[in-house]
Amino acid sequence: MSEVIDLPRPAAASSVRLFPKIKQRLVVIGNGMAPGRALEKLFELAPDDFEVTIFNAEPRVNYDRIMLSPVLSGEKSFEQIVIHGDGWYVKHGVTLYKGEKVTAIDRTAKTVTSSTGVIASYDKLLIATGSVPIILPIPGAKLAGVLTYRDLDDVEAMLLAAKSRGNAVVIGGGLLGLEAAVGLKDQGMDVTVIHLAPTLMERQLDAPAGHLLQRAIEARGIRVITKANTKEISGTTRVEAVVLEDGTVLPADLVVMAVGIRPNAQLAKDAGITVNRGIVVDGGMRTSDPDVFAVGECAEAHGQVFGLVAPLYDMAGVVAAQLTGNEGSAFSPSAVATKLKVTGINLFSAGDFADGPDRDEIVLRDPARGVYKRLVLKDDKLIGAVMYGDVADGAWFFDLVKKATPVIEMRETLIFGPSYAGGAPLDPMAAVAALPDEAEICGCNGVCKGTITKAIGGGMTSLDDIRAHTKASASCGSCTGLVEQLLKSTLGDEYNPAAVQPMCGCTDYGHDDVRRMIAAKDLKTIPDLMQALQWKTSCGCAKCRPALNYYLLATWPGEYQDDNQSRFINERVHANIQKDGTYSVVPRMWGGMTSAKELRAIADVVDKFNIPAVKVTGGQRVDMLGVKKEDLPAVWADLNAAGMVSGAAYAKGLRTVKTCVGTDWCRFGTQDSTGLGIKLEKFMWGSWTPAKVKLAVSGCPRNCAEATCKDIGVICVDSGYDIHFAGAAGLDIKGTEVLGHVATEDEAIEVIAALTQLYREQGRYLERIYKWAKRVGLDTIRRQIMDDVERRKALYERFVFSQKFVQIDPWAERVAGKDAHEFAPIADLTFKDAAE
Amino acid sequence: MSDISASDISMSERGWIDIGSIDDIPILGARVVKSPSGCIAVFRTAATEAFAMDDRCPHKGGPLSQGIVHDRKVTCPLHNWVISLETGAAQGADQGQVKTYPLRVENGRMLLDRSAVSVQRAAA
Repeated sequence: MSEVIDLPRPAAASSVRLFPKIKQRLVVIGNGMAPGRALEKLFELAPDDFEVTIFNAEPRVNYDRIMLSPVLSGEKSFEQIVIHGDGWYVKHGVTLYKGEKVTAIDRTAKTVTSSTGVIASYDKLLIATGSVPIILPIPGAKLAGVLTYRDLDDVEAMLLAAKSRGNAVVIGGGLLGLEAAVGLKDQGMDVTVIHLAPTLMERQLDAPAGHLLQRAIEARGIRVITKANTKEISGTTRVEAVVLEDGTVLPADLVVMAVGIRPNAQLAKDAGITVNRGIVVDGGMRTSDPDVFAVGECAEAHGQVFGLVAPLYDMAGVVAAQLTGNEGSAFSPSAVATKLKVTGINLFSAGDFADGPDRDEIVLRDPARGVYKRLVLKDDKLIGAVMYGDVADGAWFFDLVKKATPVIEMRETLIFGPSYAGGAPLDPMAAVAALPDEAEICGCNGVCKGTITKAIGGGMTSLDDIRAHTKASASCGSCTGLVEQLLKSTLGDEYNPAAVQPMCGCTDYGHDDVRRMIAAKDLKTIPDLMQALQWKTSCGCAKCRPALNYYLLATWPGEYQDDNQSRFINERVHANIQKDGTYSVVPRMWGGMTSAKELRAIADVVDKFNIPAVKVTGGQRVDMLGVKKEDLPAVWADLNAAGMVSGAAYAKGLRTVKTCVGTDWCRFGTQDSTGLGIKLEKFMWGSWTPAKVKLAVSGCPRNCAEATCKDIGVICVDSGYDIHFAGAAGLDIKGTEVLGHVATEDEAIEVIAALTQLYREQGRYLERIYKWAKRVGLDTIRRQIMDDVERRKALYERFVFSQKFVQIDPWAERVAGKDAHEFAPIADLTFKDAAE
Repeated sequence: MSDISASDISMSERGWIDIGSIDDIPILGARVVKSPSGCIAVFRTAATEAFAMDDRCPHKGGPLSQGIVHDRKVTCPLHNWVISLETGAAQGADQGQVKTYPLRVENGRMLLDRSAVSVQRAAA
């Protein structure tokens, strides 16, 4: 099949315009970020000059390739990283061929031909074929299960492989490799990174920063092997292992090769265009054929090829300018800055930071805080910076590098950043306030401070506004903090940072602000709080009231009067509402243990109240379903009589502690897992938490209690107890992270209670432990619980104190008559009416 | 007895049924009235006012009396639809209507319109 597209040229007679402009035909090969940006600029400069046709080898629209890592780790969906949706192409009259690869360029006929035989004519051609990942020439490199990390198809293949929860080996400890490793770990795989050089990310980081990074990566449970040379990938039909030169065999269900990229220039080369490493272009991004441009990772300018987004976007701007007749526009590479997009790991590097005899270094190390900063100076100018841990001043240093500002006068305090550059320390906002208007804030999209402050001056007041109108912080998001500071320093008190994510429509404050102010302003009731924080509604809504009730309860144990009307029905009546308005009842069975007496009582209750369904739950309990609301107190009375209390199966609080039989019965058990589970449950029951908390204790690493997908899990081993946390097996599936190892049961209980208390104090309402941990950082939690013993003890004491007030069986209270109005109608008019 | 309560009694005889004291319902709470054709939910707002409507969410029949009351609205416990207590209309993007019944509070007593419990109610 063959089809020639001769794009319509409006003729004078059929046009309503007096002087119709004849559109030039622009064909673009490739639909990545660089050509996407070039077209955006082109439509800005000359909306009506070009009739554009795009061939995209990927079957989709243009998306933000930088954000593939958050898609892999599950933080974002594909829809969230789309740059141009289908509507954009329609709006600009662009013909987009999705999933069509161009196979040939005919420069004489000025046409391109696609894999399905489509032929398109061009006046101007833009080649943006990007790069291809390098595949190591080693045996087994073509086995199934060996992937690269380049596009959405790779991410989808990795996500599929990750479902196996098996072993992943990432070859290459550079930016992409590490992001892939963390993403796969987040998806529950056991991950090993092997890296040829002695330290990670050696192109962007010096050795000390590389070591700090390695430590942080390892703390996430990822194994790192440096100075490792891959010999072969073994397997029969699909990958089974990676073999290193030194003979080490690493079992692998998935191998990701992230060893680098090379420009994809074959198509241009076949067409007779000059190609060196990449497609050779002049300063105006023109190839050896003046009607053919190249942009992005496939292009070689000034003898260099480029892989980071900032220079590629610069190239895109030049292409657009050249196409619209501005022939003076030229691309010149400038210093680039790098950040790693891994939540909780802060590192930044910019410029040239190699050692040299003509160079001076200023180094700051604070190992306890995990901070490392190194500045490289040459001729009294800053030429490079590497920062780890504290990267707040990165933009300021990067600006000094790009502008080649003489730093001799501030040299003494230079490393402390702009706050000290004037001598006296300034407020925290000073770093960003001190930046000049041309300072680049968003490296991904090349947005400088002036553009943002101008947008703010024009009426933008929120982060979302800024993202929508300037694109700053809209790609990788690592400059979000800077943009927020700009909003703050420009708008002053008018900027309400919580506008970014208020608790609900009743307030502009976010969860964390509200919690802080509860303590700071001594707020002790919901009405007081709403008054003091100027709630916009008279009495809140179903979203904020339960959250406020929890925050007050957690902040003022023993003092705050629980507000029943601000609790969801399940917590109000201590049972779980079902779709037909009946309830389910789950009594506590400590550690999942029960007895003939308890089971007999349950059987009797089921018979007596005609309960239609009885089911065993995933948390090792018995659930009676379909109980009428009026019957609840009577059902509870009978269960209480047999010694059973509420199982809190309805609570944003401690739910169940699942156990295996441990040393009591199991021939593999290493500790008394059942006993520890019962102790934990008896100690922790009744506690309210931001969201439900489920525990499990397994007696050996065979893990029959499935502790590694719980909020908090314990795996018993010969030498003691491995404490895990931040697992999930619901909407999300996620293996736990290791919190630490302790030798005794008492220590295990202390660590778990302290962890729960930290979560109670920091977690946002309805935020499960794994989401809280992801937000605040696993290391921060480990430090506070495992390393800082005093802090742990204090947290433990606070947990113990709050438990004093909550360990009262809510069923027994209601059997005794509390909240009787909940369980009886106010009036029964059925008889009266019938009698009439 | 005052004139007002005397007139209440006569009204009650004409078409209002005394279903109880408003203090039998917690502030921002609800109770149900059983009627021959199903339950009627009676809500109390933060002010001393009460509203009555069918105890069935138009979405999936959730018992509205079990929801959280805020302003003059209730959020259904099953899927968080928000229903206006004044009009019975679903709020926001959701579309649906709950049948409401006249209810007045006089001297702390709640008087429900007799139409709410007539056997023809379902057909009305």
